[in-house]
Amino acid sequence: MRVDWRLPALLAASAGALLWAVPFAWMAVAAMRPGVPSDIASLTPPGPFGPGNFQEAWHSGSFPLWYLNTFVVCGGILAVQLVTVSAAGYVFARLTFPGRDCLFGMFLLQLLLVPPLLIVPNLATLVSLHLYDTLLGIMAPYFASAFGTFLMRQTFRSIPRDYEEAAMLEGATVPALIRHVLVPLARPGLAAFAIVSVTAHWNEFLWPLMAVSSSSNQVLTVGLASFASGAEAGSAWGIVAAGTFLVAGPLILLFLVFQRRFVASLVFSGIK
Amino acid sequence: MLAPALLFLAAFTYWPLLHVLGDSLTVGRFVGQHAFGLDNYRRLFVDPHFGRAAWNNAVYAAGTIVPSLFLALLFALALRDTTRLTTVLRTLVAMPLMIPLVAAAALFSFILLPGEGLLDFYLAKLGLPMINWLGDTDLALGSIIAITVWKNAGYYMLFFLAGLAAVPPELLDAATIDGAGAWRRFRNITLPMLGPTFAFVVPMAILNALTQVDHVVTMTQGGPADATNLLLYYIYQQAAQNYDVGLASSATVISVATLLALSLISFRLLERGIYYES
Repeated sequence: MRVDWRLPALLAASAGALLWAVPFAWMAVAAMRPGVPSDIASLTPPGPFGPGNFQEAWHSGSFPLWYLNTFVVCGGILAVQLVTVSAAGYVFARLTFPGRDCLFGMFLLQLLLVPPLLIVPNLATLVSLHLYDTLLGIMAPYFASAFGTFLMRQTFRSIPRDYEEAAMLEGATVPALIRHVLVPLARPGLAAFAIVSVTAHWNEFLWPLMAVSSSSNQVLTVGLASFASGAEAGSAWGIVAAGTFLVAGPLILLFLVFQRRFVASLVFSGIK
Repeated sequence: MLAPALLFLAAFTYWPLLHVLGDSLTVGRFVGQHAFGLDNYRRLFVDPHFGRAAWNNAVYAAGTIVPSLFLALLFALALRDTTRLTTVLRTLVAMPLMIPLVAAAALFSFILLPGEGLLDFYLAKLGLPMINWLGDTDLALGSIIAITVWKNAGYYMLFFLAGLAAVPPELLDAATIDGAGAWRRFRNITLPMLGPTFAFVVPMAILNALTQVDHVVTMTQGGPADATNLLLYYIYQQAAQNYDVGLASSATVISVATLLALSLISFRLLERGIYYES
């Protein structure tokens, strides 16, 4: 008789997935336990529960400022990227000129030459552009996106040329054509790119840490690092859990609500 | 129209590359003149901290890539059928990819805390002694590796799930009818057809192993005694703490060269084994 592996595999995967969720479970439970309970590690404590840690974290950290800075950084990067990747994607999808493939190769190489690796020279560039310790400085290295350019090239290629030819006959210029004909048709591609871009920059740490020095320019991840080390020093683990939740929560919630969209976009981001 | 993208690409990818290459070869800076030479590289290669960081990074790369890809593949195989249960389980495994690495570091700072931390709390219930996971030079790198595996396995699982969805079910059914067991179907059909998935997941995992050190920055600062020092952390230290531009630049050049070489080699090797559907 042949062994059916499906049920044992599913049971093992269930056990593994529950193990994977333990850090999140602890975060949720510990964040809701005010004070400094001695069994703060327990995943099934008797109580009491309350939102005190969130209030404490909110007031002892600069969360409103960090949220604002993170929104500005993610939004600013995305806004500029949408323009640059649409324009560059159009060029690589529709125009032919000498050296195009070589140039496209140079774009693709940026997939590997990520800013965290180039922190040293990028920092020198920021200083010489007088962008050190500004939010614009955090954003600048990401304004051109190889992934976005590639994604928009693929998206534009899948759109029939008939639309453009019709618009051209009516006398539309190329920028107007992109803006009013191609971009609306490419909305799914742009949405996928937006998800990947915002996720990446919401979660980024090392570059924003290096690029700013004053506390008024810190983003959520950088704020969390200093906030958590302060709270850890006082063994206020419930507050650490609450602070971590405040930083990680928004994307987790979006992920749970729009899971299909997220997974499709993230998977596409890997298919370079 | 290409100009804006090209300008930013030049300013923040290719200019820095030339800049860092130049800085790595600049040995003495005097007013108005530079001397060029390989002295930074000589200093780098004799620096025991750099040697340790390079070795640690090799261990870290192997220790994160192999287990996280293996676990990702196992999860994907077990959860490939879409049911309500598998959808929930996939979500649980994939969730760590949505959180910042510093948030994961904050959670694991507590989980790995000696004594009252989560791991020791439950190990104590099994009667096991407490362990200083991050403070012991023999365990610290392993602990950092475990955090990375937890964070990334779900991400790679998503790619394997997408790859598995592309395997034609008729092929597997035909093999079953011909009497092939589960292992042979996996070995001879599923695994070869996942070739393209491996061909981009492996270079991506190499990239992650060389460019994600946020947990090292916040949890161990490379310690204890350099046990968790990785190349990018070494670069960060030289740049942000020692202000040694020469060492930071030459280490950056070595890292970039290693990354490009390893990605290209792994991609070529894996691509050669790819089964293409005609």
